Amino acid sequence: MDFTSLTFSNVSRHFGRRRALSSVSFAVHAGQVVALLGANGSGKSTLLSIAATLLEASSGEVRYGEVTARGGGASLRRAIGVLGHDLYVYPELSAAQNLRFFGHLYGLDKVEHRVAAALAAAALADRADDPVSTYSRGMRQRLALERALLHEPRLLLLDEPFTGLDDPSSLALRGRLAHLRERGGIVLLTTHELEAIEALVDAAYVLVRGRVQPLINGVGSLRERYRRQVEA
Amino acid sequence: MRRLFPVLLVLCMALFAYAPFLILNAPYESTMGLVQKIFYFHVSTAITMFVSAFTCGIASAIFLFGRRPAADRVGFAAAELTVLLGLVVLISGPLWARKAWGLWWQWDARLTSTLVMWLVFQAYLLLRRFGGPGSEKLAAAVGLFGAALVPFVYWSVNMWRTVHPTTNVVPTLDASMRGPFLWCVAAFLCLYVLLLAARTELEKRRARLDELYLALED
Amino acid sequence: MTFLSTATLVARKDLLVEARSREVIYTSLLFAISCMLVFAFGLVKEGRVIADAAGAILWITIAFAGTLALSRIFDRERQNETLRALLLAPTPRAAIYVGKFAGVLGLLLLVEGIVVPLVVLMFDAQLFRHTGWMLGLLLAGSAGYAAVGTLFAAMLARSRSRGALLPVLLYPITVPVIIGGVRGTAALLQPEADLVLARAWLMMLIAFDAVFITLSLWTFEPAMTE
Repeated sequence: MDFTSLTFSNVSRHFGRRRALSSVSFAVHAGQVVALLGANGSGKSTLLSIAATLLEASSGEVRYGEVTARGGGASLRRAIGVLGHDLYVYPELSAAQNLRFFGHLYGLDKVEHRVAAALAAAALADRADDPVSTYSRGMRQRLALERALLHEPRLLLLDEPFTGLDDPSSLALRGRLAHLRERGGIVLLTTHELEAIEALVDAAYVLVRGRVQPLINGVGSLRERYRRQVEA
Repeated sequence: MRRLFPVLLVLCMALFAYAPFLILNAPYESTMGLVQKIFYFHVSTAITMFVSAFTCGIASAIFLFGRRPAADRVGFAAAELTVLLGLVVLISGPLWARKAWGLWWQWDARLTSTLVMWLVFQAYLLLRRFGGPGSEKLAAAVGLFGAALVPFVYWSVNMWRTVHPTTNVVPTLDASMRGPFLWCVAAFLCLYVLLLAARTELEKRRARLDELYLALED
Repeated sequence: MTFLSTATLVARKDLLVEARSREVIYTSLLFAISCMLVFAFGLVKEGRVIADAAGAILWITIAFAGTLALSRIFDRERQNETLRALLLAPTPRAAIYVGKFAGVLGLLLLVEGIVVPLVVLMFDAQLFRHTGWMLGLLLAGSAGYAAVGTLFAAMLARSRSRGALLPVLLYPITVPVIIGGVRGTAALLQPEADLVLARAWLMMLIAFDAVFITLSLWTFEPAMTE
């Protein structure tokens, strides 16, 4: 299953009487990197979880191309990669074991080859057989990213991907994302590190208490514009 | 249901108003004496409780597989009523047992089954109260499992132990006792339908209120 | 990726994680032994276990240790939200359930592998006079317990106060397993083993397994989508 756009139309989600997302509408297309900005608790993670099909919208709908999450089922999940805030790796297992497990779970071919390539990309080849619990935060973050990319998803969802990365790793991540964009990936990410993504993003949206609005155009860096918009 | 409600209410009131006279005039059971009269209400509530458990199970299944919020409200109402009716059964039972067996509680088949089912539906309510957001689906699974559990609990507890008057009491019941008994069953089922409808309606309004709160926030 | 190979993969992963840390097996074993010790104070009279108590000690110990193992196994999946990673995989979600179920059952049987001989030794219970029947009861009972336990532990993983709610949910629903296990074992422990009765209990346990594994397979997918 493949698609070239992700469309939110009027998506709302509430937990009891607490509204987490309120009539969110926007679209992302193949070859775009889109950033979601906003304070903690503004609904970014809820939005990403809905895009990942882990959470259902209370109203409105999300379409992947023409398909909805419920209609797409397992084959839709095959085209989505998620780097969550909680990394999604087993600390007891080694990097190689983690990647191998998810590689088989996704039903990939040439798993060993992909695992070796992913370990190299994460610069973890020499620590590949150590348990993940002995890694530093940056190493885990790099491993988690490779885990999310292992099946070459069309749609990549990243929750704070720059957390814990040192400068070379951050640079490498930006390189990866630029490369994905060239190959027609759809990348949706949340971050507080606006400087890191300055040159990378095609569009940015600001979430304020569950409502989404496009980041204002105009002069200045992302952060300056974001400040201006939030304070307005 | 709205139009049917007052009709049922009047019917229910009539049924319950006349029930004591029927019970009073029913033959006096020689060995058990007056305490036997508890049987009319005790067994009726027990039957209604199991009806309620199955209602909750079916509503939960419709909610889980059909994703209908309305079914969830019926399931919630039915679970609450199961617990309530179970409490009545568990209190009226020992009142009779004290006289019949000389003990307040016997680990007898039907009492134990009722206690198990009561605990399952208590767990349903506990989950909804303390499970946090999203717990209604979890609770629905408990409701569905609870209904599926009835025959297993019944059979296994029965195999384990039986002191209680067996099910064949009802068909072999003296004709003059059967009339008042069926009358009471009808009264309790009628009351059940009324309570279920009222509770579901309340839950519906609560959902509507939640929606209004959310709209106000926007 | 077929249904069965996904399930095997998930179960193997759980056992591999456990082989690395051995946390669940050690804690549930020690807990099981503590349970037996506590029971001994209530159920042993003048140095000998009172009649029929051995079966009860065995099954209640299994149920208690099982709860501990279940909550630990799913806490582990929550630690780095790996449960969400499993749900994101492009496989039928029921296959994930079967994998977790097999993993839980495997660990439970491993614990039983030590607890059962201990009950034989410490409470002088002749559990292995009819080995086939006893193993049948253990397997069918553990499968039913693990089936219901896996479903509820997985669903509770994202819920508040799950530590308290799991036993409250699990024990009433697995009452038939406990009765079946305890009475079936008691039937085997009689001086003249009552095989007809043991057979009836075993059949009930197998029926319980069939019904509740089917229901869990149906329920897992809709209940895990928030």
